[in-house]
Amino acid sequence: MAVELDVFVGNTTIMDEEVYQLWLDGYTVNDAVKVRMEGGVLEEFEASADVLLSDTMDQYRTFQMCERLLHSPAKLANQLLFQIPPHRQAILIERYYAFDDAFVREVLGKKLSKGTKKDLDDISAKTSVTLKSCRRQHWVQFIGCDGFDNFKRVFKVVEELKGPLVENIRQHFLLSDKLARDYAAIVFFANNRFETGKRKLQYLTFQDFAFCAGQLINSWTIGAVDNMVEDMDVDLDKEFLQELKELKILITDKDLLDQHKSLVCTALRGKTKAFNEMEANFKNLSRGLVNIAAKLTNTKDVRDFFIDLVEKFIEPCRSDRWTASDMRLYLTHYTNSAHILDTFKHQVVWDRYMGVIKSCIFKMYHD
Amino acid sequence: MPGKLKAKIVAGRHLPVMDRASDLTDAFVEVKFGNTTFKTDVCPKSLNPQWNSEWFKFEVDDEDLQDEPLQITVLDHDTYSANDAIGKVYIDIDPLLCSEAASVISGWFPIYDTIHGIRGEINVLVKVELFNDLNRFRQSSCGVKFFCTTSIPRCYRAAMVHGFVEELVVNEDPEYQWIDRIRTPRASNEARQRLISLMSGELQRKIGLKVLEMGGNAVVGYLQCFDLEGESGLVVRAIGTACTLDKLSSGSAPNTNTHVHPNTAPASNACNSPSKDGKESPLAHGCRSTHNSPVHSACSSQRLSQNFSVSVPTLIFTGMGSGGSAGKEAGPLKTLLRQQTQTALEQREFPFFTLTSFPPGFLVHVGGVVSARSVKLLDRIHNPDEPETRDAWWEEIRQEIKSHAKALGCHAVVGYSESTSICEEVCILSASGTAAILNPRYMREGCLDIGSTDHRFEEPSPPSCGFCHIPYDELNMPFPAQLTYCYHCRRQKVPDVLFTTIDMPPEAAVTGKGCLIQARLCRLKKKAQGEVNATAISNLLPFMEYELHTQLMNKLKLRSMNALFGLHIQISVGENMLLGLASATGVYLTALPAPGGIQIAGKTPGDLSNEHHILTIQKRINDTITKNKELYQINPPELTEEVVGSPIPEPRQRSRLFRSHSESSDELSELDLSHGKKDAFVLEIDDTDAVEDIHSLLTDAPPPTGFYSCNTEIMPGIYNWTTGVQMFTSVRVFRLSNANLTNQGLNKIFTDLCENLLKSFYFKLRSMIPCCLCHLNFTVAVPEEELIQVAVTAVAMTFDKDQTQEKPADKPVTKGCSETEEQLQFPLELCADSSSITTQTSSKISGVPESTNVSPRAASVDYGSFADRCSTWLELLRLKAHTIRRGSVKTSRRTQSLAHSVSSLERSSPLPEGRSRSLRSNRSFGGSSVPVVKMTPLSFLPGTRIIKYLGIINMFFIRETTSLREEGGVSGFLHSFIAEVFAMVRAHVAALGGNAVVSYSMKECVLMENPNKNQAQCLINVSGDAVICVIETDQESMPSTINVVQTCSSGADGAT
Repeated sequence: MAVELDVFVGNTTIMDEEVYQLWLDGYTVNDAVKVRMEGGVLEEFEASADVLLSDTMDQYRTFQMCERLLHSPAKLANQLLFQIPPHRQAILIERYYAFDDAFVREVLGKKLSKGTKKDLDDISAKTSVTLKSCRRQHWVQFIGCDGFDNFKRVFKVVEELKGPLVENIRQHFLLSDKLARDYAAIVFFANNRFETGKRKLQYLTFQDFAFCAGQLINSWTIGAVDNMVEDMDVDLDKEFLQELKELKILITDKDLLDQHKSLVCTALRGKTKAFNEMEANFKNLSRGLVNIAAKLTNTKDVRDFFIDLVEKFIEPCRSDRWTASDMRLYLTHYTNSAHILDTFKHQVVWDRYMGVIKSCIFKMYHD
Repeated sequence: MPGKLKAKIVAGRHLPVMDRASDLTDAFVEVKFGNTTFKTDVCPKSLNPQWNSEWFKFEVDDEDLQDEPLQITVLDHDTYSANDAIGKVYIDIDPLLCSEAASVISGWFPIYDTIHGIRGEINVLVKVELFNDLNRFRQSSCGVKFFCTTSIPRCYRAAMVHGFVEELVVNEDPEYQWIDRIRTPRASNEARQRLISLMSGELQRKIGLKVLEMGGNAVVGYLQCFDLEGESGLVVRAIGTACTLDKLSSGSAPNTNTHVHPNTAPASNACNSPSKDGKESPLAHGCRSTHNSPVHSACSSQRLSQNFSVSVPTLIFTGMGSGGSAGKEAGPLKTLLRQQTQTALEQREFPFFTLTSFPPGFLVHVGGVVSARSVKLLDRIHNPDEPETRDAWWEEIRQEIKSHAKALGCHAVVGYSESTSICEEVCILSASGTAAILNPRYMREGCLDIGSTDHRFEEPSPPSCGFCHIPYDELNMPFPAQLTYCYHCRRQKVPDVLFTTIDMPPEAAVTGKGCLIQARLCRLKKKAQGEVNATAISNLLPFMEYELHTQLMNKLKLRSMNALFGLHIQISVGENMLLGLASATGVYLTALPAPGGIQIAGKTPGDLSNEHHILTIQKRINDTITKNKELYQINPPELTEEVVGSPIPEPRQRSRLFRSHSESSDELSELDLSHGKKDAFVLEIDDTDAVEDIHSLLTDAPPPTGFYSCNTEIMPGIYNWTTGVQMFTSVRVFRLSNANLTNQGLNKIFTDLCENLLKSFYFKLRSMIPCCLCHLNFTVAVPEEELIQVAVTAVAMTFDKDQTQEKPADKPVTKGCSETEEQLQFPLELCADSSSITTQTSSKISGVPESTNVSPRAASVDYGSFADRCSTWLELLRLKAHTIRRGSVKTSRRTQSLAHSVSSLERSSPLPEGRSRSLRSNRSFGGSSVPVVKMTPLSFLPGTRIIKYLGIINMFFIRETTSLREEGGVSGFLHSFIAEVFAMVRAHVAALGGNAVVSYSMKECVLMENPNKNQAQCLINVSGDAVICVIETDQESMPSTINVVQTCSSGADGAT
């Protein structure tokens, strides 16, 4: 004897936020029922376990039917199948696309196209996010761990659109500004294949990278100069990368290098305890930053952008025990002094480059 | 008389990918009506095609317009092979044929495929031009309005109630035709959907003709059903109540209650203030000597119309009790009244009314429930054009009902309904209703105009108890009954218990609150064929009726109540069992005596352990009664003094209930459910069955705190509904795995199934507390040998907890007030609408302080759908415009109230102002959000006013799958199907310009599954009335607007 069929359909679709979260987190129906029972819903409402099971099943079915719509959230607003009040639609979408930072941080460093079950096992072990949830968390689909198809579909939407990346994501997936920025960062990282998984980069959080991605998108992409091109926010501005080679003069011309150093040192003297180290390391650090700039025309070096920043600049400074304010002081004067160099003609490129480098390093330099 | 149907295909969206290679679709559309087909161009490579076609014009007879649906097929163009169908939309254009309903159908419709479900949406515009306006309604029934609502629709006035109309049409079921073996499931399903659509169109047209013959212009309480008789065919039948309805213009009150001539002011009419009647009328008849008592059963006669037919002994429930009481003779005027009424009604073949609630004064007395069942063997319908067999079957049943009513001293049957249950070749036909005496004035031509002449025959009974007074003759009681003087007026006799199939009259006085009472029963039967089977079933039926009745009575007493409303008994037949489910709403009618308790008696008084056992049970029963009294707030006022000369029995008097089956020996004898003339209500425990029964009595759990439930429109005792509404449909199927089940075991399973369903509802809807589940409509079926299916449709409505305790003190007076309110608000809403569109100035006044009062409430209803549809209103507005202008000149307060409603309109519109004034064509492309459509099985939405009925919604869908597992099993399959049906209903309503469906019901849900083959098929039939409703304006402003209405009304009179 068993209930063979059991459905409940409301004219206004009934959705319990708690059950939705359990569904998103990848709980099976039975596990979800257990969690709900422990939560005390039953005592609150004199219901039996059967009632809870029936309710959970109904809701899971509803969510599964809605999932197709959630893949392209704009459809949710003008579909006819479910009558869902607008504020509830917003909650559904935002929660669906919400993700775990620790988890996405792990995936940022992976080869995105080849996500396997084993990779997910490793990640879930590391981040203590359940494997089920990894699979469920939908940005996984977005990135492609759970099969490249979903990623391609979403990516295609953004790819075919002109205009700012963040805005496109926000409008097409109806996400909050914050979440849209995070997604833009993920798309941007995925497209440029930035290396983030190396041990030396482990201390950086997803939010650190998301911030840097925002900086790069705003200043270094084609979109920064022309806002009506396809992929404007996804690809770096090739012309700009080419121009960056010109900056090499700062380290190849010995006079210029010395002049730059003395200007910076004059400005810094007496203002920091780390002055001696700064003076001693100036040429190394400057070579480091300018070399990074000069190499960015190679795709391989673009990928290593963050690891290079850490190796060539952040690590030396950290070993010399610079404080965060030392770092600010140094980079500010380093950038500004270049303007006073009368033989240095590439002021615009320099500003565009250093503006991003400065904010990225500030973000990445943890005391 | 011909007409021109015009259709325009605008655009599609969310189409499925039909070409895997390109991930796109080359869609085009075929538009078909009758035998004419038009095609749009192919819109290549798009999932959101914009066809923007020309107007396709069909020139057709209006007979076809009524019968045929407009069929829209979306296809994917394929150069090399046959075009693939994406899906179809059937549009019933009937609403466009009635001048008062919708004038255009425009909106997004789900594209439906019987195999894949909804596949995208299509935007369509449909219009109808009827020629020959003058003679328009003479030769066809175009223009007859249909309503599912079982009361006089809210913005109409019943000028006359003509009576019963019925019709049935039969055809071969395409599913069983030889061609079905070679065609695809899709083709077969579509043939069936189309056929049923045609048949309902035809049926409606034929009924319409009958209505016109009777001189009416509308059918109220229209109930259409399908009988899927399998091999023997497909029957579509309908019943309804023909009426002449007058549309309440903006000037007159939307007062459904008045039956006065339009020229008579409502206040001057006696019927409108029944309490006044009571005082003024000197005609106090003491009381009629009549009796009441339970059951009168008609002997069945073997009317063998076809191969085989058994008519089952049927029942009349009224109440039960014992001992007659003496009474005075009926006054001569009473007799006169009766004669007059009877002649009025006897002209009709069947004085039946499908209505369940009535204008005040219409219902004079209620006798009790009458029902009739008959078991038939189906045979092939040879000639679809002459469905005489089926007609004769129903004729028989109706005759029986009529004679039952007569036996109860009644000349009419109200709350009448018919149903069938079919298993293989056996069919149980059932009919039931409530025997009643009606006020004759509604039935006779011309009477309404001279209302006062009839007045002297009117009952002097106050409205709050009059309907309870016995209609039958006390000296010639048709059955033994226990009568007392009415506890309310003390003048006439009432029974101790009253059962009815109607809604409780709003003016009835109740004590405490009501609750849902269900009796559930399973009976095993041997598998058999043909006549043997039919005989077995008909032998079982009387016992089932008896048991159900006993259960109902016991449960009623256990809740300390004395009346049942909305009683609906369903008996469903399966191969090896019969299911019986009786649902009703129990209440304590103040006019009726308090019910006695229940006393348990043992068979063997000597046995000590047994006696102890009985004592325990007795205690439990007494405790339950006490608890229930508290729960339902039943504290009847103590009787301080007895009326002189009347033998009112002591309140605690008990009637006896025998568990004896002795009557059963003679199956064709009268079945007396009174259980003999005993004076105590005793449950005797003579065997284990009885113990089980008593236990099952006590297992019904009361609803959790904050919840109430009923199966009538609204809950007796709750008066302050708020706007929260959640309509739902739930279906459960239970598989019995154990083949050796006993009746008791089955009963328990069935009872648990129903109880668990209720518990699930309470849990799911817990966020709405305090709320009431209204119109809980259970449908049971035995789809296969070991399956029990229960389908429920109901609505959860919130109410204001703080004011539930007391009914407004003086009901007749407050009633009057609320009517005034109604009169007032209707024109206001129109003013609001018209002014926001026609006069720019008026919308500027929206800053008037008063408007702030409304906005919070107004925000909860979506006006978008119809604010958008201004053009639909243009006609109406043109009519109203000068009315308003006149009003504004005459009253200074008008502007204020006008501004008030304007602001409520604007604030509640989700669309920016500019948008709401945009033309429809803009909307089609806008991708704007979907308009909200509310649905409810009730005839109204709380907190809103229905301002227009747009036509009947009657839709039939089939869904089939061959990938059941992939769709989430049967549950997944049915879940999405029900959601799709809702979506299609909403889309049609929105396209008609409506924002709600009232009197919604799911009349059929037939599910067949074959999990081994990974297949399932389901048929669903739903119906309801599409309406436009607007939020009720604040009451505070009401007194100030009386002038407005008067001026408005005078204006309107001038206009019309």
